[in-house]
Amino acid sequence: MINFQYARADSVAEAVRLKAATPGAKFLAGGTNLVDLMKMDVERPVTLIDVSRLPLDRVEETPAGGLRVGALVRNTDLAYHPVVERRYPVLSRALLAGASQQLRNMASVGGNLLQRTRCAYFYDVATPCNKREPGSGCSALAGLNRMNAILGTSDDCIAVHPSDMCVALAVLEAKILATGPRGDRIIAFADFHRLPGDRPQQDNTLEADELVTGIELPLGGFEKHYTYLKIRDRLSYAFALVSVAVGLELEGGRIGQARFALGGVAHKPWRDAGAEAALSGQPATEASFAEAAALALRDAKGFGHNNFKIGLAHRAIIRALSQAARGTPQSQSDKKIA
Amino acid sequence: MIGNGGSDRPTHLETGAAGPISLAMMVNGARHALTLDPRSTLLDVLREHLNLTGTKKGCDQGQCGACTVLIDGRRVLSCLTLAVTKDGASVTTIEGLAKDGVLHPLQQAFIDHDAFQCGYCTPGQICSAAGLIAEGRAKTADEIRELMSGNICRCGAYPNIVAAIQQAMAQP
Repeated sequence: MINFQYARADSVAEAVRLKAATPGAKFLAGGTNLVDLMKMDVERPVTLIDVSRLPLDRVEETPAGGLRVGALVRNTDLAYHPVVERRYPVLSRALLAGASQQLRNMASVGGNLLQRTRCAYFYDVATPCNKREPGSGCSALAGLNRMNAILGTSDDCIAVHPSDMCVALAVLEAKILATGPRGDRIIAFADFHRLPGDRPQQDNTLEADELVTGIELPLGGFEKHYTYLKIRDRLSYAFALVSVAVGLELEGGRIGQARFALGGVAHKPWRDAGAEAALSGQPATEASFAEAAALALRDAKGFGHNNFKIGLAHRAIIRALSQAARGTPQSQSDKKIA
Repeated sequence: MIGNGGSDRPTHLETGAAGPISLAMMVNGARHALTLDPRSTLLDVLREHLNLTGTKKGCDQGQCGACTVLIDGRRVLSCLTLAVTKDGASVTTIEGLAKDGVLHPLQQAFIDHDAFQCGYCTPGQICSAAGLIAEGRAKTADEIRELMSGNICRCGAYPNIVAAIQQAMAQP
């Protein structure tokens, strides 16, 4: 790890001021991703601005009936928050499917949004990686790409976003609250993370001088018909091969509103408006779910080692939609998949 | 504000220095004033500065759980914790669990159930289990396994670890 200057911000305004005044600075919250990447020499900030003590650790109801969650709320505290457990259970389940309890005790909501890919070549500084070193090439394209993306890829990058929380937030259509020298900004969840295109070094649309201050969950969290199904190499404490978050509204056996998002398959949590629209008004049957899965994966493309993800994702979507429709969400402790 | 034990000196950023930083933390009930390179992880501070070598360095990148300690009562990974961020915190390590020469119920249970082979992951397992019991979320063996999944045991003592935790959980 290279040496760095350390400064602790005591207010949001001070954090923003320090960031704007310090080229090469990074914010540090829980540290579960950034400290790891600094040890690996992937991240080399000249200054760390410790924002972990900012007063952004509250969960509050909004006048509109939603929930505002501070950027520094720990993953564990959000997962076990009684309002989240009751009204946004898909978020609670997704959080508990990620990492381990020790990491969830450290990791913040803001940091989870901003975590970087776990692509092996991004971590291996001896290999080319366009995300780590723009223009150097993508080693995963013809390399060991078993964990890599099948949707929304580019010739420059086939990395996936590793978060579980974000897959649920995509289904909930959360909003990202940010602030910076030009004031506060609200970013729709779908507009926050981006596809790699020819700028894979940019994971999201947050400006370099902006700070995430929180997220807002709108009213309507799919209390009855939801699931978070995560398929991975071992049953706990592993990143997703494929994950599916679902929120459904049923009207007498027929599907009203349908939302589903995929994790582990793209550079951002993956939703397909066409596939969701195709479910609306249909009976909640396996045939309807299979059609939606086929639509969502119509442009999926494997790169050799990860070809299996296309079939796996197809089956996972059908299974997850069935779980949500039945009202039997996937348990995160008993791992049998019903 | 820099981590400097609560004084109002200017930050290193404003003074332009990148040198050592002074802070204080409670470790197993004792206050320690420290002057640290900002890169120091809590794990290295415990082992190298405070000679508390019970906390183990396994992977050193947040994947094995051997370095688990309790900070302000919650289990975390000391290898991914920069010590300078924990000015004023209260840390409990495996050395701080026994009281007045009497083993912590988890330590006794790990012995009773032979819940280890090489023992390297054991301090982390026990600190993690102490956090687990304090959280009060695990009731069944499945839930113990899930919420202990951040602690890897390469010897494979898992069935005995689960049994030991169940024994300790059953104690008032």
